[in-house]
Amino acid sequence: MAGFDKVVSSYEEAMAGLTDNMTVIAGGFGLCGIPENLISEIKRKGTKGLTLVSNNCGVDDFGLGVLLSDRQIKKIVASYVGENAEFERQMMAGELEVELTPQGTLAEKMRAGGAGIPAFYTATGVGTPVAEGKDERTFNGRDYILEESITGDFAIVKAWKADRYGNLVFRKTARNFNPMAATAGKITVVEVEEIVEVGELDPDQIHTPGIYVDRLILGTFEKRIEQRTVRASSAQGAK
Amino acid sequence: MALSREQIAQRVAQELKDGYYVNLGIGIPTLVANYVPKGIEVMLQSENGLLGMGQFPTEENIDADLINAGKQTVTMATGASVFDSAESFAMIRGGHVDLTVLGAFEVDVNGNIASYMIPGKLIKGMGGAMDLVAGADNIIVTMTHASKHGVSKLLNSCSLPLTGKGCIKKVLTDLAFIEIKEGKFHLLERAPGVSVEEIIKLTEGELIVAGDIPEMKV
Repeated sequence: MAGFDKVVSSYEEAMAGLTDNMTVIAGGFGLCGIPENLISEIKRKGTKGLTLVSNNCGVDDFGLGVLLSDRQIKKIVASYVGENAEFERQMMAGELEVELTPQGTLAEKMRAGGAGIPAFYTATGVGTPVAEGKDERTFNGRDYILEESITGDFAIVKAWKADRYGNLVFRKTARNFNPMAATAGKITVVEVEEIVEVGELDPDQIHTPGIYVDRLILGTFEKRIEQRTVRASSAQGAK
Repeated sequence: MALSREQIAQRVAQELKDGYYVNLGIGIPTLVANYVPKGIEVMLQSENGLLGMGQFPTEENIDADLINAGKQTVTMATGASVFDSAESFAMIRGGHVDLTVLGAFEVDVNGNIASYMIPGKLIKGMGGAMDLVAGADNIIVTMTHASKHGVSKLLNSCSLPLTGKGCIKKVLTDLAFIEIKEGKFHLLERAPGVSVEEIIKLTEGELIVAGDIPEMKV
């Protein structure tokens, strides 16, 4: 590695320094845009006691769900657990600490964390269990709660393309939480489908500047689809 | 007759206006997209980061990188844009979405909504629902009026953990279209063939019935 070149050549190197009880922020929505191989590397390493911050926790046998079966996760901060039976089981049994967080609040917690903003007020969650124990304040006649931002020891991110400096381009809805996650890690590790030479990406088209990225690795991806919905022909509308 | 899921979606679609940006929740709300009235244009917002959601793809056009908030594979309509989750919720929290349609377990006379968990039984998580109900002014909740056992879901006070407080003004059930104001339910329309008495019987919270209640056109 030299200068701004962020490329590493092995997943072991990519996740080096991850140790027990750390906080990991992960990009992805459902199984879309998840850092599949970085998750596999965490499973391989067997790191335990992790606090995981991610919108979802994958499904039972793919995505972050694979870390549940080995009890590598101590706590998860997520907005939606509906598609993961083991998640729900561990949560109900009290084996897993879960901080259910509204999706927009979660995105903003990461964004604010990465931007050096310690907390922000939002109307989301006022009068609900989410507001419990949080400072409440009225602005212009409306109630808001104070939400603290999130940073992680590691952020694991999936992008589509990058140059060697770690400038990132995402693809379609695989972007989701990835750009915010990238800003909020002390060490941000990104895996991509293609790495190009510096100068090949149009600066106007870069979604995440390389300053946020510490390590970059080229991966191959299964891209499993959670809900495969199709229409028969162009004559028919969506279901 | 109680409305079918499709009929509920059809009735909601009548509330769409030309040029509306609309967020449709998972389940019945998603079906609303099939009944957009002719001659108007709406753009669907999917909170995972897509404005201008198109129909489902054909088998050969499936793209794992393009899904909706229900994790279903979708396409992009002409004029669509994609963005990250913070941007998506800036649209929602900033009040830029014209209409939000979402499901619920319970609503009450004070406009409270419960939709994300049943303690000890079911934990789905709120996903984007808390942001949507807090950020939107124009919300329609779609739900069945009562449980299979005839227990009302339109209550004096929600019994389940709340998704939002005092934010719901319109509810469309399989039996009725109801407005919530000043701490009461107000019956606006009834499903074809469903009597006002039947609706009153299955509504726990105070229901105001003013004059003749028209049947919905679905």
